[in-house]
Amino acid sequence: MSLPGHRPSPGPGEPSGPDGSDGPSDRSQPVRATGPDVERAVGAPSADGAETGTAPAIRLRNVVKRFGSFTAVDGLNLDVPAGTVFGLLGPNGAGKSTTMKMLTAQSRADSGEITVLDHPVPRASKLARAEMGVVPQHDNLDEELTVRENLEVFTHLYRVPRARRAEAVERALHLAHLADRPDLRADKLSGGMRRRLLIVRGLVHRPRLVLLDEPTVGLDPQVRQELWGLITALRAEGVTVLMSTHYIEEAERLADVVALMAKGRVVTRGVPAELIARYAGSTVEEFPLEPGSRADEIEARIAAAGLTARRTGATLSVLRADEIPDSLRDSLGRGSARAGNLEDVFVTLTGERVE
Amino acid sequence: MSVDTGTAGGAAAPAAHAPPGRFELAPIAGVLAREWALYRRSWKPTTFAAVVEPILMLLAFGVGLGSLVGAIRGYDYIHFLGTGIVATSVLFTSMFPGLIDTYVRRVFQHTYDGMLAAPVDVRELVTGEASWIACKSGVYGCAPLLVAIGFGLPASWAMLLVPVITFVTGFGFALTGIWMSAAVPSIKTMDYIISGVITPLFLIAGTFFPIETLPPWAQVAAKINPLYHCVELVRGTAFGTDVATAAGHFAALAAFIVVVWCLAVFQMRRKLID
Repeated sequence: MSLPGHRPSPGPGEPSGPDGSDGPSDRSQPVRATGPDVERAVGAPSADGAETGTAPAIRLRNVVKRFGSFTAVDGLNLDVPAGTVFGLLGPNGAGKSTTMKMLTAQSRADSGEITVLDHPVPRASKLARAEMGVVPQHDNLDEELTVRENLEVFTHLYRVPRARRAEAVERALHLAHLADRPDLRADKLSGGMRRRLLIVRGLVHRPRLVLLDEPTVGLDPQVRQELWGLITALRAEGVTVLMSTHYIEEAERLADVVALMAKGRVVTRGVPAELIARYAGSTVEEFPLEPGSRADEIEARIAAAGLTARRTGATLSVLRADEIPDSLRDSLGRGSARAGNLEDVFVTLTGERVE
Repeated sequence: MSVDTGTAGGAAAPAAHAPPGRFELAPIAGVLAREWALYRRSWKPTTFAAVVEPILMLLAFGVGLGSLVGAIRGYDYIHFLGTGIVATSVLFTSMFPGLIDTYVRRVFQHTYDGMLAAPVDVRELVTGEASWIACKSGVYGCAPLLVAIGFGLPASWAMLLVPVITFVTGFGFALTGIWMSAAVPSIKTMDYIISGVITPLFLIAGTFFPIETLPPWAQVAAKINPLYHCVELVRGTAFGTDVATAAGHFAALAAFIVVVWCLAVFQMRRKLID
């Protein structure tokens, strides 16, 4: 485990930033339109964190977590700036949930250093947990209890002073749009209501930091959008939100900053729009692959023109389509244009799909 | 969705001020608050089972078998049995919830994952759960004694200590149940514990018959059985005992609690924290 006050220098081959510095320094340089090779393991406070001048709400340095021979988190460096909605995007098994569990000390890192709200974790984890709210991936509401009782229990667990408990419960009921049915038993709630209750249950003590582990997994799109409103409202309150998700759209819409995770590491991080501009370009064109057409031959031609293409089901997506040279355009024709997205970024950088 | 304004950290979260690593009472109060909310929903069936079963056992054996047995150690059999069944009632109302409820909450309901994400540590969680179970079995355990009093057992001032004895015993067996719930690989294997541990515990404790009637090895086993010490203490309040003997039995229960508390916390920690 880590020694308090001691920050190990980044290991060889693991620069915490392009210039090797790991302090909140002059890293607000504009993002460079370069290939994926420069952006392995970006960790140190970047533009967004340095500008505000505040310490990051969450800081991970070279965090490693193994389960037997499987390395779930592999030298993770991450800074979550205070006051942002931070998206942790990656496929199942990328290490997102393990990372979340390490932040509450429910999983213990094998090495590396974790700081949450200035408290070293796991040593002073209880102090950190008192100031943060956690919304678990698995619904663990007390089914036999009513909506109100579920909230009341957590006002006790989060030590809301007696005089403020009733107010905290009322506020949470309103936040979850459940003020008209406080006495309904949790097992009678719809899927969307349950999830709203699960989220506000972690907010009864007005935490400075909220961890949302896959907050909308398994919900239908309409309910998902409803929850996005709740998350946006938290940002408006100045609460720091760390949200893991494997929904591209969710990360793009909600997150101020996203970190793309694969195989226990952060592949890249940044503002979603900037990442898309950098790695996918403003326009992506999709070309239908007719049966019998030579997809790999087309891909080779695209690559020869210095562009990136990826298979998207029955189509081939060409990134940075506005840069397609006329020569290639003649043979390809014109595909259907769409905006680039984080999936394009992710696949370009890792060769894996997110969803 | 909208949020009422002015909530942005204005009223700061009530922070835990204790230095890290300290054992606190606030989390235990939190665990108990949840138990109380659940109990308000389930007290009727819980109370029915916890009170009626030992009373039926007491009546069936006390009246039925008692007419054959007559007296043991010079006491009416129903009085002898009534004091002993206090202990079996405590065993059942503490070890079963410790074993089964704890397992269900940990494995199926993920309740403890939610609690440990709040400022609650495993040892506080375990202590809180065991305390609540001990409160219930401490109270319910007194029912057979009241029935025995109804059948003519002379009430004594010392009997006011029985709730303390039943609470302490219930605390120990709740911890035993919690420990074993975290040690079993699956819910199926609990059958080994129910038949292989709980049944012998309740039979070889001097509840139905004095342990002097057992073979010597079983007498030794009985003296290791914490339930035997509970039985002796309860009988002591009804039939009289000297302070040194009572203190010895109490010390045995205290030692039992220390051991199972450590085992329960250690094993639950292994299961709840990777």
